[in-house]
Amino acid sequence: MDRRKSEAPAGLSKERAEYLRRKKARRRWVLCCQWGLLLLLVALWEVLARLGIIDSFILSQPSRIWRTWATMFVEGELWLHLWVTVYETLVGFLLGVLLGVGLAILLWWSDFVAKVSEPYLVVLNSLPKIALGPVIIIIVGAGTEAIIFMALAISLIVTVLEMLGGFRRTDRDAIRMAATFGATKSQIFRKIVLPSNIGTLFGSLKINIGLSLVGVIAGEFLVSKAGLGYLIVYGGQVFKLDLVMASVIILSAVAALMYEGVVLLQRLVMKHRATTE
Amino acid sequence: MDLLRVQDITESYQAENGEIFALDHISFSMGKGEFLSIVGPSGCGKSTLLSIIAGLLPPSSGSILLDGQEVHGVDPRIGYMLQKDNLLEWRSIWKNVLFGLEVRRQVNEETTRRARRLLQSYGLWEFREKYPSQLSGGMRQRAALIRTLATSPEILLLDEAFSALDYQTRLTVTDDVYRILKKERITTIMVTHDIPESISMGDRVLILTRRPAQVRELLEIDFGPERTPLTCRGDPRFSRYFDHIWKELKSDG
Repeated sequence: MDRRKSEAPAGLSKERAEYLRRKKARRRWVLCCQWGLLLLLVALWEVLARLGIIDSFILSQPSRIWRTWATMFVEGELWLHLWVTVYETLVGFLLGVLLGVGLAILLWWSDFVAKVSEPYLVVLNSLPKIALGPVIIIIVGAGTEAIIFMALAISLIVTVLEMLGGFRRTDRDAIRMAATFGATKSQIFRKIVLPSNIGTLFGSLKINIGLSLVGVIAGEFLVSKAGLGYLIVYGGQVFKLDLVMASVIILSAVAALMYEGVVLLQRLVMKHRATTE
Repeated sequence: MDLLRVQDITESYQAENGEIFALDHISFSMGKGEFLSIVGPSGCGKSTLLSIIAGLLPPSSGSILLDGQEVHGVDPRIGYMLQKDNLLEWRSIWKNVLFGLEVRRQVNEETTRRARRLLQSYGLWEFREKYPSQLSGGMRQRAALIRTLATSPEILLLDEAFSALDYQTRLTVTDDVYRILKKERITTIMVTHDIPESISMGDRVLILTRRPAQVRELLEIDFGPERTPLTCRGDPRFSRYFDHIWKELKSDG
């Protein structure tokens, strides 16, 4: 729909064409500046490090980070660590979403269960889940399971609260309308409550993908033999700051890509809904 | 025999700050195709009465008889239309119109043919692929009516169904709806706070007292067989009915 708007049909007025052209030019300029700024910062970092103004042993430097990546890539290490972190994050994320939405449905369904569990949810929500690390390790063992569990612990309660809030804000009149046709509770949920909350769901997915990554990195700090979090901790311990910086930069790229993945999924779902409903 | 009998309905319910008596022994009956308007002071329990007839709320005592048989819960022969059109924004008009049938698991060739015929006769067929946000208020209200009519109700309940519309749209929509209902021979009960609307559409007007509501009067409205809501507003009898209802409602307050 956006494309149709920005494309200039034949009978466009001069002012309109000018307005569209200016808008496009501005978008390009913003993009240019964004990339330019990045290049400038990287160049500055490199130059200052070479001139010895900043200590490249502590702050590393772009050329050394580049060499680190190259070595990791050649040795095949890069893909291993990347895959471990992405895998753990995705599993934690999916579990968090499925369990979170499931619990939210249960709490929406039964007002009594919701009332009883309210104080527990409040406490669990405000508790810093990382504090549970030692407990988690003892219960599920010091391995991948503990890391996934940590990601789950961090994202679960937020999902439950977010989705439950959305379910409860569903238009009462729409629910009443369905009731006038004799809709069952399950029909009301499937035909009114859930479709009204697709936006809420994706909002919560966007928060969750970030939270799961936090959980995974925290988990990898505590127990791991591989993963980006492991590389960062290991690099810090042996004072290989090039490795730390290289891993942190990969991590930010991974985080951004996963977020964009959710955005893409949302767009696909919305498009699908518009064509099938 | 009467199609619908409302028999001795009493309703009281418990709220945080006490017991509320809403309805006090309400009785009336209706024949097929009849249009009954219900007016009363605001908060007198008009909507509660409709909810009870619709089966959404059980009465404290009394019963609703349809074709001589007592009704419990939501009955497929009774359709209920609320003040807001409540069209679902993510469904096309066509899918919205099928919503009631879908909930009742009655989507089949016969019912979809009926839905299609309703959309065609009431000017919404070309808009079937559109979404509710692309329609005007009047069209949305018509689509909501068709959603209810698609389930082939014998009795239709209208709860302030036009009060969300602006005045002009409202006059045209009530005219449209009146024609549709008379043509489909649907027995209708309309709750409204608008006295002219109650007179212009009703064959009879049921006047309720303040809470707990009792039947104050059941007024026969006679404009002859050729009436429509718009034409009868110009009839000299219109203002006489208006004055009468106004006085009845005022003497109560």
